[in-house]
This record gives sequence, structure tokens and C-alpha cells, in this order.
Amino acid sequence: MNARRLSAKLTGEFGIGIAFVLEFILFAILSPYFFTPDNLLNVSLQASITAIIAAGMTFVILTGGIDLSVGSLVAFAGIVATSTLKSGLPPAPALAAGILAGWAVGALSGAFAGFFITRFNIAPFIVTLATMTIWRGAAFVWTDGRPVWELPEAFAFLGTGRLLAVPVPSIIMVLTFVASHIILTRTRFGRHVYAVGGNIEAARLAGIRTGRVLRRVYVLSGSLAALSGILLSSRMNSGQPNAGVAYELDVIAAVVVGGTSLSGGTGSIIGTFIGAMLIAVLRNGLNLLNVNSYVQQVIVGVVILLAVMLDRIRRR
Amino acid sequence: MTSSPLLALAGITKRYPGVVALDGVDFTLQAGEVNCLVGENGAGKSTLIKVLSGAIVRDGGTITVAGEEVELGSPAESQRLGIGVIYQDFKLVPALTVAENILLGSEPVRPGTPLIDRSAMHARARAALAQLGEEIDTSVPVGRLSVAQQQMVEIAKALSRNVRILAMDEPTAPLTGREIEGLFRVIRSLKARGVGIIYISHRLEEIFEVGDRVTVLRDGTLVHTCSIGEIDRRGLIRKMVGRELENEYPHTDLTQGGEILRVEHLTSERVHDVSLTLYRGEILGLAGLVGAGRSELARLVFGADQRRGGRVILEGREIAPRSPYEAIREGIGLLTEDRNRYGLIMQMSIRENITLANLRAVLTGPFIDRKKEETAARALADDLRIKAPGTGTNVETLSGGNRQKVVLARWLNTNARVLIFDEPTAGIDVGVKYEIYTLINRLAAEGIGVIVISSDLPELLGICHRVAVMCEGRLTGVVAGAEATQETVMTYAHGNRP
Repeated sequence: MNARRLSAKLTGEFGIGIAFVLEFILFAILSPYFFTPDNLLNVSLQASITAIIAAGMTFVILTGGIDLSVGSLVAFAGIVATSTLKSGLPPAPALAAGILAGWAVGALSGAFAGFFITRFNIAPFIVTLATMTIWRGAAFVWTDGRPVWELPEAFAFLGTGRLLAVPVPSIIMVLTFVASHIILTRTRFGRHVYAVGGNIEAARLAGIRTGRVLRRVYVLSGSLAALSGILLSSRMNSGQPNAGVAYELDVIAAVVVGGTSLSGGTGSIIGTFIGAMLIAVLRNGLNLLNVNSYVQQVIVGVVILLAVMLDRIRRR
Repeated sequence: MTSSPLLALAGITKRYPGVVALDGVDFTLQAGEVNCLVGENGAGKSTLIKVLSGAIVRDGGTITVAGEEVELGSPAESQRLGIGVIYQDFKLVPALTVAENILLGSEPVRPGTPLIDRSAMHARARAALAQLGEEIDTSVPVGRLSVAQQQMVEIAKALSRNVRILAMDEPTAPLTGREIEGLFRVIRSLKARGVGIIYISHRLEEIFEVGDRVTVLRDGTLVHTCSIGEIDRRGLIRKMVGRELENEYPHTDLTQGGEILRVEHLTSERVHDVSLTLYRGEILGLAGLVGAGRSELARLVFGADQRRGGRVILEGREIAPRSPYEAIREGIGLLTEDRNRYGLIMQMSIRENITLANLRAVLTGPFIDRKKEETAARALADDLRIKAPGTGTNVETLSGGNRQKVVLARWLNTNARVLIFDEPTAGIDVGVKYEIYTLINRLAAEGIGVIVISSDLPELLGICHRVAVMCEGRLTGVVAGAEATQETVMTYAHGNRP
């Protein structure tokens, strides 16, 4: 893609891109510390947990669905992963088993939700509201409400380590987005996701196995939520049953600000990435300017509304 | 003509980026007149109606209503001027009652309170319906009415707003024969009351039955306007397409091959014990009244609906498709009725819609190969002469005929050996219809077995080698050759024997 087409995409397809650039410039002027490598890497680290989930959520929302269970999955997958780490296996196998177990929680949860959504035709909102409640409860039951402490040292690398100064979660985030973008734009599965979200009956009559597509997006969303849960528990060096509360809302905000339609069929991974970054940069910039955290919430809410409004006006 | 006309449009122009939808169109309508607006898809009929309804604002030209020049900048202004539009898809709220729909937005209230006066509302709704000679229970939710009754509710709604000018866009498309008669009666009584009617239809015989005058648009310009007595069907078609069509239905003789598809005792909720054989290279028509089970039979063969019994034998081998996915893999394609609802993905481009049913063919490894995809889509778009700036154009911006071509292209892209077309020419203009017939002939000549479902009987008899007739879910007769007349088919369609 040449520079002109890229800039056309940023301003046209992703009108939000302009807002992001303006925001960036504004904070760079207002705070001398903002535009430093340290701070920008810090922003990417802070954004990584919800951004990774947002990549999966983009697939779900593109099909016209929603996944409310991601916040609870962050907690439950983190708990299962950290508990497995402490199961007494030798360090290397324990690490592998922990990650695998955490991921399996997310994937199975997604498969479970996808089954109810496709087999019994229950609205995704309801099904994932149920799994959200179930996994949050399970996280507390499993741990008796206490955090899982005293994890092997090697585990901390995932959430706190750095490769060439770049935080590991940031690298995982970028890889997730690159892979998601390729899957969505270049594979049959990706094309089918758009088709199902655009017109599910027409998609079925064009020979797309719509049930399979739906089940897969929930497995993907659950898997990425679990991945985030593992990274977060590594960063906090503990499995917390109350981790990730209300993450689903931050994640949905990032996807919607990024221009993906809640009714399905239109949107993009690049949009979601910019959406997630826009919100993360906003929080970071306001912190640097010492804006009171309650005021920050108000500002973030207003910006979400403005961003989506601009998008609507542009589409008219 | 005495005083100034009820409605006069002069030099109406509407431009979209890259397209001139209307180019200096003049149009007049007298009180108590039916002026039929005809033209191919994309000729500008819908745009003209949208200008009248205030849904879009013209770029140039003047509009005069009853001698007074008007701005027409919004739907509200259009309504105030007494202009009403009956669209193909009704603007009714299914869950609300007939009375609530008719008076939607102008509900009568009890004086001095904000409360709706229900008895006044029902009285006014009944009065509006009575003007049409209709007796519909005003307390029934609109969703429970038949399509014809819903249309009457739409017309009553317009009447309750004192319309003087009523535009109807393909009003007979969803109606059965008897219901069409009813609609024509209503149109005549509206005329008698001095309402001016703009009537849009692709069914030319209706225009000769109900019209006083006909106005032909082609490519956004006014081509011809005259009173209905001054033109015949053939002349009208020539004006619409801008050239002579040798005959409306190109017909080719059957070079019969062996059996390609056989269904035996096929049964579902709506289809009862249907057995039928289709031959290689044959075009088999499926006729019947609306609700006879033709689409249901097609959906059964295509695996889209649940089967209760019976067998499907494709090229001598029994297949049991449980989903469209499986049917397509076996080599069966179904071009569904209602392309907008069951065919197209509106958010997608022409290219993406064409390749959707066979993305496998354009893969390189696990990835969609953009070049291969573009090549495949481009070849079909060119072959079918889809009019669009490029294959990346969104299908939502296309006219009905071009949309239908996109769905056709999708099935040509699947290498199907049996293709079923369900109402392939519904809502499509004469020129494109002809292209579709030619295409169907070509497919048959290539050895594909083709089944065509259509409610347009002359069309079926014109292009098909044999016509199978259904009534209430059963196959009641198969006609071919000299026996294939409208009379025999209609007799079978009503479940009788000739």
C-alpha cells in the first residue's frame, strides 16, 4: 500500500484516524514527557490487555453478536493458569501446562457459548451474560475468594518482561492484531464473518456454514480473553478472582470507536487497533496532565460519544 | 386541458458522484389521471419518486403543484402538499393495529388532554378504508393482514392525509390476480375523486389496463410521453430499451441429454409427494399460484429446508443435502427469490458477492488471492454486462437488474450442474429480462439442467421446454409443446384437470 492510499484509508475508511493523530499532537504539545519512547511503550503496555481482547471482540461484533463474558474470563483463565502453575510439576512443563489450561478455559467457554447461540438460537447477549456470571462466580468458588500467590519466577516474564526494551504484552498485542487482520481480510473464514454479519440467511443460502462461523468467533474471542487473563495474572504476579471487572465495556468501546458497527457486517481490525490506542493515549495523556481520575472518566465517556458521532456523520 | 396541471416538473436534474440520475426531466400529471412511469432499471424512476417525496433534494429544475411553485426540500413538506408514495416495501409497523398505522403521527387526542381518543381514531381509520370500499377490522395488528390488505392500509393512510398526488411503486408485485383486480378498482375510484396517480410497473399489460398516459424514461432522460391509446406494447418496449427486440422470449430447441436430476416422493411440511425428472440441457418451468409450494420444493432440493421424506438423485447417485453448503458441493445452485433479502450481502462489493459461494476457487494456500478473485469476478461482471464503475463497487448502489446479475454471476462461478432460478426476473426491466433469458438458454446449451420458477406465465411458456405445475404443495401436471398454453397451466394450477 502506498502512502497516499494509506493516508486515504486513515482519513476515509477510518475517520477516527484523524482524531487519533490530533489527540497525539495535542498531548505532545501539552506534556513534554508524552512523546518519549518510555512513555509510548508504557501506553502500549497499558493498552495491551484490553486491546488483545478487542481483536477477538471485533470478530464477534462483525457477525452481529456480542461477548460479555470476556472480563470474567480474564479472571477465571488467570486463576486456572496460576493454579496449574502451582500444581507441583517441574518449572518448564508447569509453565506450559498453566498457559494451556488458561487458554483451554477461554476456548471451551467460547465453544459453550457458541453452542447455545447456534443450537438453541439464543441471543448472544443473553448467553454471554450467563457465561459472564458463571465464570466470575467460578473464579471466586475456585479460590475461595483469595488470590493465587507465590508463582514461579519465570512466569512473570510474560507480563513484565521486555524484548529489546519493548514490553512482552505489547509484542503479543501487535502479533495478535497482525494475525487477526490477515485472518479477517485474507481468509475464507474472515470473509464468511463479514457475510454472516451482513445477512446471515443470504450467507447460509450461499453455502456458508453459518453455525460453524459463529461458534468459531466465540472460541476466538474466548481464547484471546484467556490470553489476556494469563498476561494480566503474570503482570500482577497473582491470579485475582476480581481481575478484569467491566473489561467487556472497555473492549466494546474500543471496537465501536474503531468504526465497527454493532449490527454487524462492517468494520475492521485496524479500526479497532486505533480505537483501543485512542482511548489508551487519552488516559495516559490525562494522567500526565494530572487530571483527576473521576474527571478522566467523564472525558473518556464524552470522547467515545464524539468519536462514534463523527463516524456516523462521515458515513452519511 | 383546462387550467394548470395538478403537478408539473420541469427540467428536474439530480446528480450523484459520477452519475447523472435525472437529466432535465419534464413530467406532468392532471387531476384524476393515471400517468404510468416506465423505463428500465436505473432509468431514474425511483429517483424521480424520491424527489417528489422529499427524500432527496434535486440539483435543478422547478416543481409546480396546482399552479404554485414549491421548494420540496423535505418529506414533511411533500406530505403537507398532499403528495403520497406507496413503496414496494410498506412503511407500516407490524405490531401496531390498522387504526394506529393509518393515523400514525396524526393521532386524534381527547380535547385538553394528551391522551389518544381511541374511538375517534378507529372511526377515522374506518372512514379512510370505506373510501376504498374495504372492510378491514381496524383493531387487528397490521402484521396479521395479507399483503394485499396491508397495501390497502397504506393507501388508506395516504388518504387520511388528504393526498392529491399518489405515487405507487410496483404496487402489484406482491399481489395475486384477484387482488390486482381489487387494486385497479381502488385506483379507478381514486381517479374519480380527482387524485392524480403516478403508476410504476414493469408489467406492461397493467399499464395498458389502468393507465391514461405513459411516460418513458431512459438513462435519466425523458424519452417519450403520450396518451396510452397512441402506443402499443411493442412500441413501448422499443422506447424503453432504445432498440427493437426481435422477440420477447428467445427460445431454443431442446437438445436433450440424459437425466440429470430426479426427485422421488419428496415431502416436507409444505411439499407433498413430488416426483419429477430434469434432463441435461433442459429448461423446466415450475408454475403455480403464490403459495403453491414451488419455492419450497426448490429449497428442499437445495437442502435449505428440512426434508420429511423422498429421495433426490443427481446424475444417478442419491444425495441427501442437509444444508445449502452440501447441495452446492454436490453441484446444485439456487438463485433465491427476493435477491435483497436472501441473495446479496449489501455491505459487500460486487466482487465479494460474486465469489462468496466459491471462495475455494480463488485461494492460494489458505489465503484469498486478490488477483485471482478480481480476475474471476471481472470476467463474470463483463460477461453479464454488470453496469458499475468497477468490481469494488458496493452492491447497495446498484439498480435491481444489476443486483440480480451479481447474484447470477455468483452461481455461474460455482460450476453447478443443476441451477434453480426462483423468480429471476421479478422487478426487472425488459432489456435485462432478455439478457437473463439468453443466459438461461446458454446455460442449458452447455448441458446444465435448469429449473425456472416464475409467476409470469407468458415468460415461463416462452422460455421453457416443459412446464411443471404445482397446487397446494402437490405436482398437478406437466405440460410441453402444443399442450403448453396459459389455459392448461392455470387449470392445473387450480388443482383441476383439463
